[in-house]
Amino acid sequence: MIDPLPLRLKANRSTLKNRTIAKITRIHQQKERRSDYFYITNNPNEKDIDNYSAVISYDYNDKIEADQNIVFFDADVIQQITDGTIVAINPDGRMHLLFRPESPHNTLFTTNSCNNNCLMCSQPPHDDNIEEMAKEQMKILDLIDNPPELLGLTGGEPTLLDGWLIDILSRINDQLPSSQIHMLTNGRRYADSEYCTKIAKIGNPNFLSLIPLFADNSVDHDYVVQSNGAFDETIRGIYNAAAMGLRIEVRVVLHKQTIPRLPELMEFIYRNLPFVEHVALMGLENMGYVKKNWETLWIDPIDYHEPLTEAVKHLFYRGIPVSIYNLQMCVVPEQLRSFMRNSISDYKNIYLTECSQCTLRSLCGGLFASSEKLHSRGIKAQKNHSVREFTT
Amino acid sequence: MFMPRSSFEKENNTYQFLPFRFERWGDNRFFLSNEVGEFTFLGVKAFRDFINQELCTSSVEFKNLSAKHFLFQDSSTVHLDLLASKYRTKRAFLDGFTKLHIFVTTLRCNQSCPYCQVSRKDEQAAINHFDMSVHTLRKSIELMLSSPAPHVTMEFQGGEPLLNFELIRQGVEIAKELNQSIGKEIDFVICTNLVTLTDEHLDFCEKEGVLLSTSLDGPEALHNRNRPFQGGGGSYDAVVRGIRRAQEALGKHSVSALMTTTRHSLEHADAIVDEYLKLDMGSIFIRELNPYGFAIKTANSIGYSSSEFVQFYKKVFERIIEVNRQGRTFSEAFASLILTKVLTPWPIGFVDLQSPAGAGLGVVVYNYDGDVYTSDEGRMLAEAQDTMFRMGNVHEDDYDQIFFGEKMQEIAAASCNEALAGCSDCAFQNYCGADPVRNHRTQHDMFGHRAKKGTFCDRNKPIIRYLIETLDAADADLQSILWAWIRREDVNDMQVGKIK
Ligand code: SF4
Ligand code: SF4
Repeated sequence: MIDPLPLRLKANRSTLKNRTIAKITRIHQQKERRSDYFYITNNPNEKDIDNYSAVISYDYNDKIEADQNIVFFDADVIQQITDGTIVAINPDGRMHLLFRPESPHNTLFTTNSCNNNCLMCSQPPHDDNIEEMAKEQMKILDLIDNPPELLGLTGGEPTLLDGWLIDILSRINDQLPSSQIHMLTNGRRYADSEYCTKIAKIGNPNFLSLIPLFADNSVDHDYVVQSNGAFDETIRGIYNAAAMGLRIEVRVVLHKQTIPRLPELMEFIYRNLPFVEHVALMGLENMGYVKKNWETLWIDPIDYHEPLTEAVKHLFYRGIPVSIYNLQMCVVPEQLRSFMRNSISDYKNIYLTECSQCTLRSLCGGLFASSEKLHSRGIKAQKNHSVREFTT
Repeated sequence: MFMPRSSFEKENNTYQFLPFRFERWGDNRFFLSNEVGEFTFLGVKAFRDFINQELCTSSVEFKNLSAKHFLFQDSSTVHLDLLASKYRTKRAFLDGFTKLHIFVTTLRCNQSCPYCQVSRKDEQAAINHFDMSVHTLRKSIELMLSSPAPHVTMEFQGGEPLLNFELIRQGVEIAKELNQSIGKEIDFVICTNLVTLTDEHLDFCEKEGVLLSTSLDGPEALHNRNRPFQGGGGSYDAVVRGIRRAQEALGKHSVSALMTTTRHSLEHADAIVDEYLKLDMGSIFIRELNPYGFAIKTANSIGYSSSEFVQFYKKVFERIIEVNRQGRTFSEAFASLILTKVLTPWPIGFVDLQSPAGAGLGVVVYNYDGDVYTSDEGRMLAEAQDTMFRMGNVHEDDYDQIFFGEKMQEIAAASCNEALAGCSDCAFQNYCGADPVRNHRTQHDMFGHRAKKGTFCDRNKPIIRYLIETLDAADADLQSILWAWIRREDVNDMQVGKIK
């Protein structure tokens, strides 16, 4: 098994008084800009190290003296972090990686609050200080040097940031005009036309809303998201958004509650939401609530070949682009492999010992790290295939 | 901390109906369809339970009916917004009003087809009697450009319009000139038998982006029998030569053909399809003979019953499917239209398959003499002194008088199958249309009744039913073929998992 890079690291000691967000650098920066940086050095004689948000040293080297904040890490921990990485360090020494320039999967965690409470939520929601969260996102945006190809926004539910989200999206539009912006939202707030208009008015053509829909009827959907009235609001939201020219992808998480009517859900989407630009069918991630609701949710992908094939065909015939995310090549029928997208974030995915024998490994997204023990009984090295069979 | 499913279900098992229509389907099932063309099948027992409001709300059938908007529970209200939006979409063919504008540039013709519904004149007939004048042409174009539609089609018909090519040239020129300040999109089409096609015509079509629509009835003997020249001899060689030349000069997609079925066609289903394939055509439109014009006099020699036509249609359809299964993309146009209505949320704009019907609302005919008709059939009736479908005259009436006058309102009232006896509760109502002209002609009543013989229901109902039966039993290959037709794709690109 290959270890993914953890997003949280722990310092041995920190003198920071407040949670601080800055960028990692190993080369000196001009004085005026130093508050944007954490400067890494292990040279005890280094001079002129003032004005940084903090100096980071390793090997617990007390020799470095500074009139300012200093944080000590183990060498092997800090060596993994590249220059330009945006991190937050808390007074207790916990460090969060917020933006990694080398990663294709950067995401802003806008808030932990949510107005749904999905059975399979991987980030179980809890209330937080929305203003503080928003300000952090703004800070991160200011620190990004090179626009990433793709930047995600997720939560919780980003629209709960209310006016702050409009500010964030406007700043993104100004500062990262070339980046694709994918915001995961339950779309309920879009039912509020005034709010939806504000987002649409920003006019970012690269902005895509990823909206989960779990059923073709209100009872099933409301049950999955654990909120009465959610279906109606999400549907109205999608309509509003589309009417105002916002682009939409619909997402469906594949589990025991969504599989039985999956093909019917595809028909519902085609008949009622034919304007969506993409439908993503997503394998289940064994995180957060999923562990709690394992019995309610888990169905082995090799046991839903038929409805999955039906569903993909349904959209394919009708010309609605469809992709499968988060499943492994070996657990979907061959017919569907060209619809697979290698989507598990690089810090989350792993491969098993079985995978080392597999000819499709370079195409396969592997498994969520959280699925190392609990995964499909169909994981099996694919011996007689070539990658070319399934790529365009 | 998680609520059970039951807390999201309505306590009492009640639900209410949304509008739907139904029809028996074999011994064990019912076919149901709603206002926006969505459909489902129910077993007899489930159907009974459904209409008695006793269907179990956690059953698969209940969820299907709820998702397709045949019923609702008051715990959710979004269905009305969805239905409204889908209804608007299905009726979007009405946006912009009349889109197809037909110009009868001359009544003169070089052929004398027994089924011709147009009162053609001899090729040598007096030009100033049967050709459209430039004055009339300009007036008609002005009317066309007054239509609110942002995209119109200007179609030249006859007689044989190429016999008056100069007027076509002027028509395109005037339309483009007047349109400069208006900015519509205009498609140009010439409906021609291609007999007198010259390089000059082709150069013109290429330069101005004009499409050609012709008639091809099948293999040589059949075509010649159906479509002889004035004064004898068949036109097969001429049309085939014309199609080939046009394909070469303008590209395959710039030439299409219509096929009219006569009694002589009935035995040649396969040969007709093969003829089209031989000529590299992408589709065929199997058309029934209309009971108008010269055809009625010759009905005994070339006519047939609707059920004979339906049998023939099925034979052709099956042959076409066989061809597609072998990897050759070739569609039947009527089926493509019906399937689009049945399987997609989108509208189609086809005169006979829409409600309100297209007569006047979707299509208008400017006759050579300046009279304006709702359709070809309408102008044909006028030749027999029946001016029921004359909307006005380009020199005497203005746009409002023609398109919103009393005559048009009377016709429009009879054009909605939602309000026609027999159609109002038909399960295929959404897939079908109305034909007030045919009703007037055959029943002396624009509203007509379906139970009478010779209505277009005799043809439409069995064919629509046949196509739905075909869908219901379709294997994966057939599904991909039918979707390729609907989406105008290559059948070979429609196989799931096949990498291009
Ligand atoms: S064996 Fe491993 S690499 Fe191969 S398809 Fe399965 S999960 Fe992917
Ligand atoms: S014409 Fe016949 S098939 Fe068409 S809607 Fe009327 S009753 Fe139905």
